[in-house]
Parts: sequence; structure tokens; C-alpha cells
Amino acid sequence: MSLEKPTTPAEIGVTEDGLDYDALADLLGGHVLDRETHVNAEGFVIRPDEVQDVLSTLKTEAGFDHCACVTAQEYDDRYESIYHLRKYDDPTQELSIVVPSPKDDPHNQSGARVYDTADWHEREAYDLVGIDYDDHPDLRRILLPDTWQGHPLSQDYNQSQPQIVTLRENANPLQDDKRSEDDPDTMFVNIGPHHPATHGVLHVKTVLDGEQIADIDPDIGYLHRCEEQMCQNGTYRHQIMPYPDRWDYVSAGILNEWAYARAAEDLADIEVPEYAQVIRTMSAELCRIAAHMLALGTFALDVFGDFTAIFQYAFRDREVVQNILEDLTGQRLMFNYLRLGGVAWDLPEPREEFFEKVRDFLDDLPYKLEEYHDLITGNEIFQMRCVDTGVLSPELAKSYGATGPVARGSGVDYDLRRDDPYGYYDELDWNVVTETGCDNFSRVLVRMREVEESARIIEQCVDLLEQWPEDDREIQANVPRTLRPDPDREIYRAVEAAKGELGIYIRSDGTDKPARFKIRSPCFSNLQTLPEMSQGEYIPDMIASLGSLDIVLGEVDR
Amino acid sequence: MSSDQTPPAVKDVSTQEARMGEGADDRFNSTLREAFGSTPFILTKFDQFMNWVRGSSMFMLQFGIACCSIEMIATYAIKHDLDRFGAGIPRASPRQADVIIVPGTIVSKFAPRMKRVYDQMPEPKFVVSMGSCTISGGPFQEGYNVVKGAEEVIPVDIHVPGCPPRPEALVYGVAKLQERIANGESSPVTVKPYELEQFGDLDQDELVQHLADEIDEDDLVMRYNWDDSP
Repeated sequence: MSLEKPTTPAEIGVTEDGLDYDALADLLGGHVLDRETHVNAEGFVIRPDEVQDVLSTLKTEAGFDHCACVTAQEYDDRYESIYHLRKYDDPTQELSIVVPSPKDDPHNQSGARVYDTADWHEREAYDLVGIDYDDHPDLRRILLPDTWQGHPLSQDYNQSQPQIVTLRENANPLQDDKRSEDDPDTMFVNIGPHHPATHGVLHVKTVLDGEQIADIDPDIGYLHRCEEQMCQNGTYRHQIMPYPDRWDYVSAGILNEWAYARAAEDLADIEVPEYAQVIRTMSAELCRIAAHMLALGTFALDVFGDFTAIFQYAFRDREVVQNILEDLTGQRLMFNYLRLGGVAWDLPEPREEFFEKVRDFLDDLPYKLEEYHDLITGNEIFQMRCVDTGVLSPELAKSYGATGPVARGSGVDYDLRRDDPYGYYDELDWNVVTETGCDNFSRVLVRMREVEESARIIEQCVDLLEQWPEDDREIQANVPRTLRPDPDREIYRAVEAAKGELGIYIRSDGTDKPARFKIRSPCFSNLQTLPEMSQGEYIPDMIASLGSLDIVLGEVDR
Repeated sequence: MSSDQTPPAVKDVSTQEARMGEGADDRFNSTLREAFGSTPFILTKFDQFMNWVRGSSMFMLQFGIACCSIEMIATYAIKHDLDRFGAGIPRASPRQADVIIVPGTIVSKFAPRMKRVYDQMPEPKFVVSMGSCTISGGPFQEGYNVVKGAEEVIPVDIHVPGCPPRPEALVYGVAKLQERIANGESSPVTVKPYELEQFGDLDQDELVQHLADEIDEDDLVMRYNWDDSP
């Protein structure tokens, strides 16, 4: 609730100015074969058959309770999986566990028994890169169809050769639409991939026992448009920046662009001018408001089933934000506004008019939010639908790597804007919103209150920008025309996007294109909690949980 | 016939008013009614009338794929309000819809599902493809998993370019579609699976018939000559 972090008991290797990696290496003893230095943290190289031991030691004894991401990649001589570990209490304390595996038969032990979230991440690594994980609970393809041949991000794959997927080879979604064989009292139902409540093209395979959910399996990959390949084929300077807009396309564009900008700027040691940071902060928070408005509108659509009042109100207000963003960036949805080292251009002239427009919006916002509270959170029917449904305990949220409003709705006080500060956030006065209800209602409430906090941030930014001396408005640092970061630098950096921790791993190889570009999507991890939330619940509650997770399939599938 | 009966004084009324008589409510006097003048009848061909009706009342399929669907929702919502053009009721079921807007990138896993949704729509049906992805794959054209345009899977009536197109552009696209339908240019077609095209030019001899019979129509999803695709 405040910018002050609650103090935690000292853990192994924690010192006042960061982590003491020697103490951590001592803890792991002989497991550590070698040590690498990544830009964000040190990497410990371990044997492929000791993954579970190492991870569980680090989780229980060193307090690394957040497995942010699993990156897999292929080198000329080996395969490699990297487990990016951090702490929910202090995400600046990071550690990478590097697991090499042999080129001819790439396999290593799975970490899914230690961190639940590693389950899907390893499936993705298996699907796209082709590493086998031993002792994985359910190792099968996750993004590509089952009939796919080869692993597209491995070196010998021909990416220009399309593959055909026919309906015959792709499991017929209607075929099993009957009572399952092992349990005659259950029924299999497909929800999606074309369904108004799945927020895009999610396919949820459910087994129903009466009206309650006996088993549920989200099937993703219906919008896997090769974002990582696209980014690996683009040059750092200009060709990658348009793609982040299209990950979380619910007008959260600038937040996503910032994730790439932050990672690439830290990789290439670019300092961003302060004035540009303020503009970035302001525009990013405008995006957050727009994204949360849409989340609110579609959630009301899911729960009330109306295409009318609340949904249209939310879109009316979102339209105001979009107009402001259009004035600033020139686009309604795909802003492409940030550049490495700054922003594309200064605020629109006349500046006073722009500030007035933003202030008008901020002045109206409290009344509008009050209206939403009357319509939504104060509504008894809504409360009956949402309070105590879709419960996600803080422990499960952490284990599944949930972040953003999903984690904060479960009382996990984790917000990278405060905990791992970037931009201008640490200079401003605002609060991290948490709710302890752990249910659908809390998650919606967190979003609504975050809109207020975003408005506070924007207001302060507008004040700052208004008073900024005219001869000091530097919007862009000096960045080489062709950016070639030093070879073999590795970085994992994340920002607080609309849905949570949006992280990017980049490995440079000395050329002007990344050798590996991995996206850690918050929705991907958040969606994993859906089975936990909806097991045993009614179908409509599952739909409400799905809505309160606020997933965007463009970001889940990438 | 007595001659002292004088004819009633000629009032200055129009024929229309005279026919409507006293007491008729203003409500009946619509613009359309006025345009017809004294004869409240029009003569037209039935086909033309049907085309006009078809274009003026379109049920859209509520169908979201990717980024463009956000702009598509904005088109339905308050500011742009596609309903003004008689095309604004999104139907959740393909069986109740006659226009499908394809808003976003189609990937290999989704293409068969989209074909199935399209097949479930009753004839006559029309397709508006929205955004660059549905034209060529757009920014993701080089992706290993991306289908290079909606026309690989289903036939398209109107393409709306943009990434994403603004709501105004989509409104224009839909209005153009209505215009085409009303003019009978976009005639309702029964869609044959695409693969049958390759036999279209051949004489229907025994061999062609044999090959055509081998094709399982349920199985057909997209064109097999991806290599020739743009």
C-alpha cells in the first residue's frame, strides 16, 4: 500500500547493496560447474541432471520464490535452458541458472516439480527449441499443432517452408463431445477457440460433472505469430520496436515498447534523457488506463452478458484516452512511439492544448470511476457472481509466477514500478494497490484502483512537463545509427506492463540483430492459474475467472 | 341534378393530403412516404429488392482474432457505432450471421477452425477482411506459423488495409460491401473448397472425376500451393 517495502528476514547471500553470489555458490556447493556474468545477474552453470536439487535448494533456502522465465536456445555446440529466478519481495535480487545439454540428444531434468510455472515454460521450450525435459508432468507441444514437424527456433529448421495443417490431422474439436469413457457421469465440452467469452482465440477443454468443472485444460497457440522469430530477424534500432505493440494489443502498446526499450538500452548502455523518461512514464500510464478500461468493459460483458451500458461506457472513456494518445503518437492503437534512447517526438504543439486535454480527462475521471463503482462493484448481482469465486491463494499465485493485478489481487505486494524502478516512477508519489480477497472481485477492484493511481502519476508528470525549461527538452539520447551491442552479452529485464511482469531476454552476438530474443509474457503465466481457480467451480464462475485474469491472446501465444 | 348545387370550393391541398384525409397522424408522413408523392407504390425487380434488403440489414459475426478486433469493437461501440449503417448487431453464433469480419492474423492452428466457423454460416454470406494480416500476413508475413492472408482459407469480398485500420476505415469497408450487395455485384455464392479450383479448367473426364472424388471436402482447409503465395 505504500512505497516502503515491508522488511523481510535476511536470507542467504543478501547484502545491503545487492546479492553476494559467492555465498549462493557456497550454498549450492559442488552443483555449480561454472559461473557466467549476465548483465542483470550472475548465471550458475549446473549439470542437466541436477536441476531439481538446485532449484529446490534455491527456492526453500535462499528465498528465490519467483521463477520468472525459462529461456531455451541452441548454440553451435550445445542447447541451453536458463531459469531466471527472482524474489517476490525484491525482484532486483536475481539469479540465472544455466543448464547446458548435449547437442545430439538435448535433454535435462525438468524444474516443473519445483516451480509450477516451469510446466508451461518448458513445454514452450520443447515446442519451439526442441529440448526434452525429463520427469516433466506433461511434455507435449503447447503453441504449435500436434502434427508440426521440427522445432522452429532450432538452428536446422527451415523457417521459410510452411507446413500445412489439415483438419484431419488437427484433432477435431467436436469429436470427443460426449461423455468420456472412464467416467460415464462427466461430459466433455469445448469452449472456444471462437467464443465470445474467451477474449480472443483461447480454447478451453473442459470436462463437466453436472454443471461443475471436473477437469480443465487451456489450449493455446491459436495466435502464435512467431513474435520471437520476427524480433530475431529485425535490427535493434528500428525494426523490433513495432512488434511489442502487437503483443498486448489492448492499447498497452507503450508499456510493451518500454519492455523492449529497457532491455535493449541496458544491453547497449544507453542513457535515456530525463525529459524523455517523464514523457514515457506519462504515456505508459495513459496506456495502462486504456488497457484497464477495456478489461473492465469486457469483464462486465462476461459477467452481465450485456453489450450495452457498462461495456459501452468503458469504451466511451477509453476513447478519450485514445484521442490523447493519438495526439501524442499519431496512432490509435499501434503507437510505435518509443525509440531506443528516448521517444519519437516531443509533445504535440500547442502544448497548452495538450495539457488541457489531459487535465480535462483527469478531472472527469473520479466521477466516472464513481459511476463504475455504482454500476459494477456496488451491484449486488455482481458481488454474488464475483466475491469468493475463482479463489487464488498467494502461495499458488507465487508458485505459478502470477504477476500484475492477478498477484496483487491475491495480496502479493509485487510491482516492478516500485520494486525494480525504471523511468521516472521512483521520483513520483503513488501507491501500489493490493487487495487480499484473492477472488475475482479483488482482481477487478485492483484494476479499478490502479486507474486512480495511474491518474495520479499522469497528473504529476503533466505538472513536471509543464514546468520543464524549454531549452532542456531533450527527447533522444545519442544512439548509433546501427546498434551493435558487444557480443555474448545476455540480459533479462522486465517492466510492469498492464497485465504484469513483461520481461525480455536478449543475447547479443555482435551483429545488429539479437541472437536470441525471448519474451516473458505475464498473461502466459497468469493463464496457468486458471485450472487451479476453476476446478470444482461452476462454468459461469470459470468464465468470470477467465475474465478477471484479463488475458490477451496476442501476448499468451506471442 | 339541380344546377344550384355549386361545386365545393377548391381548397389548396395536395393530392397526397387529400388522400390521407383528416385526422391522419404526422407520424405516417415519413420522408420516404413524401418521396413517393401521390402514389405510395414502387415498382422494382424482386432480385433488386432482395439485394437492397440484404445490404441494408446485415448481421455480423462476433468474431475476434487479434489486434484488429480491438478496433472492430471500437467500431461497434459508442463513438463510431456501426449500427447506424444497418450492420451493427454482433451475433455470437455463426448460424445467425451473414457477414464475417476477419480481424487479425490467421495462424496454422487457427485456420481450420476459422474455415469451420465460416462453413457454419448460412448462405448468402459475405467476408470483410480487416487489416494487413488478412491480406498478406502483414508484419508477420515471414513467420513460420502464419497463413499469408485470409484468402488462403476463405473467399473475401472486401479488404480493408491498415495495421490496424481505423474504425472509420472499417465503416467505409462495410459501407462499400453494402453498396456492392445492393448493386448485386457481390452476389451470394456457394463456396466450393479451394482445392477443387485446380480441376475447374479441366474437362470432366474420367481421370479428373477420379481425382476430384478422392478429395474429402471436410478435410480441406487451405490452399496447398503455399510456395506460390505472395
